[in-house]
Parts: sequence; C-alpha cells; structure tokens
Amino acid sequence: MAAPKKGRSSSAQSKPWRSLALILIAIVALTGGMFASGHTTPRLGIDLAGGTSITLGAVPEDGNESAINPTNMNTAVDIMERRVNGLGVSEAEVQTQGDRNIIVNIPKGTNSQQAREQVGTTAKLYFRPVLATEPSGGNAAPTPSPSASSSAPSGDKDKATGSQSPAASDSASQSATPSATATTQGRAVTDALKADATPSPSGSTSPSASPSGSATGDDSELQAKYAALDCSKESVRATTGEGAKPTDSTVGCGEIQGVWYKYLLGPAAVDGTEVDNAQAVYDTQSGAGWKVQMDFTNAGAKKFADITGRLAQNQSPQNQFGIVLDGEVVSSPYVNQSISGGNAEISGSFTQEEAQGLANMLSYGALPLTFREESVTTVTAALGGDQLQAGLIAGAIGLALVVIYLLVYYRGLSFIAILSLLVSAALTYVLMSLLGPAIGFALNLPAVCGAIVAIGITADSFIVYFERVRDEIREGRSLRPAVERAWPRARRTILVSDFVSFLAAAVLFIVTVGKVQGFAFTLGLTTLLDVVVVFLFTKPLLTIMARRKFFASGHPWSGLDPKRLGARPPLRRTRRPAAPVEPKEA
Amino acid sequence: MSKLGNLGARLHRGEVGYDFVGNRKIWYGISILITITAIVGLAVRGLNMGIEFQGGAVFTTPKTSVSVSQAEEYAEEASGHDAIVQQLGNGSLRIQIAGIDTGQSDRINEALAEDLKVDAEKINAELVGPSWGEQIANKAWQGLGIFLVLVVIYLAIAFEWRMAVAAFVALIHDITITVGIYALVGFEVTPGTVIGLLTILGYSLYDTVVVFDSLKEQTKDITKQTRWTYSDIANRSINSTLVRSINTTVVALLPVAGLLFIGGGVLGAGMLNDISLSLFVGLAAGAYSSIFIATPLVADLKEREPQLKALKKRVLAKRAQSADQGETVAVDGPDEPLADEPEDAAPAGVGPRNQPASRTRGRGRPSGKRR
Repeated sequence: MAAPKKGRSSSAQSKPWRSLALILIAIVALTGGMFASGHTTPRLGIDLAGGTSITLGAVPEDGNESAINPTNMNTAVDIMERRVNGLGVSEAEVQTQGDRNIIVNIPKGTNSQQAREQVGTTAKLYFRPVLATEPSGGNAAPTPSPSASSSAPSGDKDKATGSQSPAASDSASQSATPSATATTQGRAVTDALKADATPSPSGSTSPSASPSGSATGDDSELQAKYAALDCSKESVRATTGEGAKPTDSTVGCGEIQGVWYKYLLGPAAVDGTEVDNAQAVYDTQSGAGWKVQMDFTNAGAKKFADITGRLAQNQSPQNQFGIVLDGEVVSSPYVNQSISGGNAEISGSFTQEEAQGLANMLSYGALPLTFREESVTTVTAALGGDQLQAGLIAGAIGLALVVIYLLVYYRGLSFIAILSLLVSAALTYVLMSLLGPAIGFALNLPAVCGAIVAIGITADSFIVYFERVRDEIREGRSLRPAVERAWPRARRTILVSDFVSFLAAAVLFIVTVGKVQGFAFTLGLTTLLDVVVVFLFTKPLLTIMARRKFFASGHPWSGLDPKRLGARPPLRRTRRPAAPVEPKEA
Repeated sequence: MSKLGNLGARLHRGEVGYDFVGNRKIWYGISILITITAIVGLAVRGLNMGIEFQGGAVFTTPKTSVSVSQAEEYAEEASGHDAIVQQLGNGSLRIQIAGIDTGQSDRINEALAEDLKVDAEKINAELVGPSWGEQIANKAWQGLGIFLVLVVIYLAIAFEWRMAVAAFVALIHDITITVGIYALVGFEVTPGTVIGLLTILGYSLYDTVVVFDSLKEQTKDITKQTRWTYSDIANRSINSTLVRSINTTVVALLPVAGLLFIGGGVLGAGMLNDISLSLFVGLAAGAYSSIFIATPLVADLKEREPQLKALKKRVLAKRAQSADQGETVAVDGPDEPLADEPEDAAPAGVGPRNQPASRTRGRGRPSGKRR
C-alpha cells in the first residue's frame, strides 16, 4: 500500500519545476488579462466607493390600496435584492424607507441603467389566449404613424423600447419568412413553445383577424378600446396594459419585426408565478440566439397543457397565445397541439442581457406591487475611504506581524511561507479585479477584512505541512525524504480542513443573499486559492529547496536544524532506507 | 523561540505533555459555566442589534456645508447610536441612525437642525426598514443550519459519528461564547459581526479537524495493543499537535489583532472593529474548544464502545500488575503514560506492534534514554 503513494510522491518530487512553471504562467496570464481588460483594481462596494441610490415608490392601485403593507413591501425588497444581486456578488443594498418607499443602493461601476430596469420592473407575466390581432398604426389602421411598415428604421424602434423592460424584445433581426398561412407570427413545436417571429411580410393585408369576427367579444367597451388602440405611439403603449386584471380580457401591444401589432387578449390562462424556474440559454441548434427556458410548477404545467390543448383546436389567429409581460405582448406563438411536460421557452431575438434579465425576473418572481422611480441620485460612500485605508494599514501591520512570527519561528523556512503568501495575495488581487467586470463582484469592507483574515488561514496550511516535515526530521530523517513523507499526510489534513471551509462558503453562498453571499464568495475563493497555492507552489518550492545545501544540511538558520528540533540521532543509518520507513506512509 | 521548538520536540516524543483528557471534567465545567453565563447574558441583556437588523430612522437634510464626518459626529451625539452618513448627489446628506423610533426622531431632528444649521422643517425624517430584515437574517441562520447538518454528515463519513458530534458540540460552544460576549459587553451586532461569526464556523473546524486527523491516524490499530487506552492516545494527539495548534492560532490571530487594535483602536474604524472583534473572540474560542472540548469529548464517547471499554480494562489491569512488580511503566503510568518508548508511540496507530522492523528498532535502544 505504500508503493503507489511512494510512486506518486516521487513523481511529484521529480517535477517540481513543472508545477512552479504552471502557477507562474497562470499568474502572468491572469495579470496580463487584468491589464488588458483595463480593470486593474477591484471594484469597490457601495460602503467604500458610493454609487447610485434609487428611491422607488409603491404606486397605489385602484380599489386595492391595502396592498401596500409591510408584508408586501418586504417581499418586494427580497425580490429586488435577488434581482439586483443577480449573481449575488454585486453588494447592492435594498431597504424600505417609510411606508411605501424602497431605496436601492447600487455600487459605482455597476450598469446602473440595467439595474434600474431590473429592480423596478414589475414583471407581471401572463399567458393569455389571443382573441384578435392586427398590425397597429400601419396600413391596417390609417394613422399618422411614421413607423408602420416593416422597413421602420431600427434605430427609431430601439429608442422606443429602450426605456422599457429588457424583455421588450428586439425582433428586427429575425429574417422575414413569408408564411403561407395567414398568421402574423408564431410557430409551435412539439414539446416546447417557440415564438420566433416568422410573420408574413407586414405590408400584406393578410392578418385576417378582425376586431369583431369570431372573437368572443362579449365586451363592447373592450372592442371599442381595441379598435381605437394605436400601438405605434409610445405614450399609448405605456398605458395600454395598465390596470388589467388577470381574470379580465384586455388589449395589448407587441412588436414583431419592427412592426407594432395590437392584440385583443383573453383572461390569463397561466400566471407568471407558476413559472418555477427560468434561465437564459443560447440556442446553438437552430441558431436563433438567446432564449429563455421556463419550467412550470405542477399546477402551472397542468394549466399550460390545458390552454395549449384548447388553443390548438382554434383557427388562426385564435390558436395564438400572448406572452404578456407588464402589459406588453413579448411574443405570441401559435399552437397546434397540447404541450405537456411543464416546460416552454420564449425566443425572440433577445440579446444575452435581455434574455438573462427576463429569466432573472421570471425566476425570482413578480413584485407584489407596482413601483415608480421617485428619484435617482449619486451617493457617497457610507463608510468612506478612511475606513478602507485604516483596514489596509491594519492589514499591512497584521501581515508584517505574521511575517515576523514566521521569520522568528521558522527562520529560513519562512521565506517559502512568505513567498507563498505573496503568490496567494497576488492571485487573490488579480482574480478580484477580474471578477468585478466579469460577474459584478464588488469588494466591500467585510470582504477586505475577510481577505486580511485569509492571510492567517492560508498560513495555516503551511504550518500544518512544516510541522509535519519537522516531525519527520525529529524522527531522524534527513530533509529530502522528510519533505516527501510529510506531504501525503499534510495534504490530507489540508484538504479535509479546506473542504470544511469551502463547504461553509458554498452553503452560505447558495442559501443567503446580499452581503453574506458576497462574503461567502470571498471565503470560497480564498479557500480554493489556498489549495492551489499549497499544491502548486509551496510543496514544489519546498522540494526544490530541500535539495539546496542550506536547507538539506540543516543550517541553524534554515528552520530545519535537526539538533535544534531535537531530532534523535539517526540509528542504523544503513538500515534506514529499508522496511521501517514504509508503514508510516499509510 | 527555540524553546518552543524544543517543546515541540518533547511534545512530539511525548516527553512532556499535559493531561488534557484526564482533566476533562475541569474543562467541561469551565465550558458549562461560560455557556450558562452567555445564555444568562443573552436573556438578560439581549443583543444590541445594528441598523441593518432593526431598522432606524433616516434623515435627509437639505444642501449643507457640514462635512460627512462632522455630521456623523453630530448624529451620534444627538442619538447615542451608530450613524451612517452619506452625501447625496445634490449636496444634501442622508443620515441613518439605528434603533430609534418616531418619538425620538423628532428630538434628534431638532438637534440635527441646530448642529447642521439648517431649518428643522427642511429635514425629512422617515423610518427605514431593516435592509437585512428578519427574512435575510433568517436566511443566514438557515444557511448555518444546513452547513452544520452537512458538516456533521461529512465528518461522520471522513472520520466517524463520534467525532462529528464532538466537533458539532465544540462549534456550538464557540458560537455561544462569542454571542455571549456580545451580549455581556453590549457591542453592536452588525452585518460585520455576523460575517465574522460565520467565518469562525469554517475556522474553528479547521483546528478541530487537524487534531482529529492525528487522532484517527494514531488510534487506527488501538485494539491490537494493551499499553494505552483511547484517552491516552487522544491526549497524545492533542499534545503532538499542540505546537501546530498554537502556531496556527497565533498566525490567524495576528492579522485579526492588527485589525482590532490598530485598525479599530487607533484609527477608529467602526466596521473593522465589529468584524475583527467577533473574529478575535471566535478564533480564540475555537482554539480552546478544539483542544479542551472536542477531543476529550471524543475520548469520552469512544470509551463507551464495548471494545474500547475492554481495552481500557486490560490496560489498567496491566498497569496495576506492573505497579505491583515495581516497573518503571507504572511510575509514569497514569500521568505520563506515553513517556516511555516514545519512538513506538508515534506510529502506535499504524500498527507498530506487528511490524517486526519497528519493534527491532525499539528494542535496539535502551528505553529511549540514549541521549
């Protein structure tokens, strides 16, 4: 049983330079990447650098004033926190102020425009059957709209949708494939709901649905509203879906290929809250780009199967289905058979950001209240630079103390420890800088403290190993075998302990939100780096150093002086390499 | 320093050693006392929760020339609580003060108006909810719970359930001490404190795992010998990892002490204090608990096992016998059970008893008194 271990450790011993080269290349590459990306300092959290403060006010709804209560406000805070912290490391702060306001503080350097859209968007999502639809503001209804045709300049359209939810999909890039059927858009696939826009050329008069027709228009008022609706006007669109109850029929606007369509929509068949989970995925198969995949809850899946089954029997356009997000028809695929299985997807030429934003909102839920942006202002740091400075000075002093202690106690050996600490610090700094732009990681004061504390935790791994080596020397071994024999046991101890630390970090990261999550991320990162540095740097370096005379001869200043360590004089030197050394490696 | 090195060598050989396990009743007693004090402190005084947990009031002032740090001073003076002051884009100040209600807020409003030389009417005062609200603090507790369950399962697999239980008890003990000190001294509990407390989780276990690792290794073939009881070997594990534990604790405490005394004390940084204080207390408690609580507890639990009970009986019988015969073993028997033949002691767990080579080596030396 000793044989394989021995083989492994000796192979590691023979190639220490390889590990060192590997980690040095990694450092150089990461540092190069850091300078190339231009983010040479970690992004600071709001407590250190300040940022943007948004005040959102809850908008009272008619006949439902009591909805603005502490419970709903807290739910809204919770959802907003999850949305704005998306990946959980951007350290945004959300809190209630007064009875009906919510303050969202976003650290400097975050895409605050996107964050504003994310937090405030109500994201009320409904799947409503389409009763009637036709292009709006185009040649179907002669209104003085400038952007009625499919040749509407995309820039114009972008402007129109830019301030709305990220889900306002930009479908202009979808190629127009004239469709033989007279549907405006939509194409159902068997097990997943697709909404790629494949409309007939909008110039044609083909959309056959008329406001009256076979639509179950029991509400003449709604019919009138539908007839009068002009979706080409932004001001009209902004208010179209407002106040619509899920159980009522309503009207809505949706944009397909740069053309606005108006819809007459039935009562909601499936509610957005019945979406269990949603994620943005890149469709590599059909090349349709980014789309959002949804899993329904059990109840949602059943309702979804029902509605698709019912719609499949209808004639166009009533076999369509409006996916209505905050009053706007995001897409309206048509259905030709019942879709069971509880999942569906929305596609519609999303950009990556839009798809992720929509998925984010769908999975974290709809806000229980509607909010209006009351004010947006910049704020200075809550703690200020002097705190950071104090922390850094204290950290430097702490580091110096550790270095002095290591120097005094481990002497020559401490240089390996100090070099390892420096490598660890460099890797931490570079990764934190790179993770700022990559996943929105923001360094706040707790994280700075965590990083300082990590000095001690990282040094622990070296101490475990060094003490093992010294134990081996005390047993009368010379340095080189001592270094190799100490490693397997030290390695196990280090891995077990680091695993426990990492487990703590992972659980906290998954379960919690906000600052705790950011801290857990820092903890996990430093733990992983600890393992990397010990395996790829400390161990190989010690192996190499063990070959040097200074250490191997046990120089009094090497920290490995057998006499000073109280090693017993080697007994039966001739027999030592034989059997007795083996069983200890078990 | 070299003295510590020598101590390390002597500890390693078992020449010196403190009987941690033998005196466990004392340590259990001390820990129970601390725990009771902590619980009483918590019940009587409670925790002083910061604005992030309990909410407070936020005052929005009109544009003012008073600096942020000046305003912070005024606010803390007027309220007696911690204040967070931020300057808004338009030059006005946002002052958040923890733990005050509407009644107090009027008074503070007036005090602030006077200090900042602005019209009291123009200061907008509103209560803020806890941004960390109960919901989010609950999530941290929930995370703590899940972590504890997982780590107990992991330790039970990696080691055994007794060790997992002992580590769990030690961890709870650390948290209790830390929380108790917070309650008794009345330090404010902020997110920083919670984060420090959560850091202790992983760290306290780190120390414990190092000792358990050594313990597991040394007790592997314990039933194949009759020289030592489980407690003896447990004690030996603590002693042989003592230098390591001291070093790791000192090295971990140094940066924290730097934060606490230099960062917090001299430079006067609030949040740094919060984090480093809970870390300092927690780390010290963690080192204490891994040595004085976790390992003796494992020994206690282990010796309830029939086979180890039998072993203890055999060992004690043998010692009694040796004592009758007046052998040296008896002299350092119960107190320094490991003093003799230390060379054998180290590999005791890896089966030296049936390793002829090792035995030969042991015999070749006149009872370890070669020097």
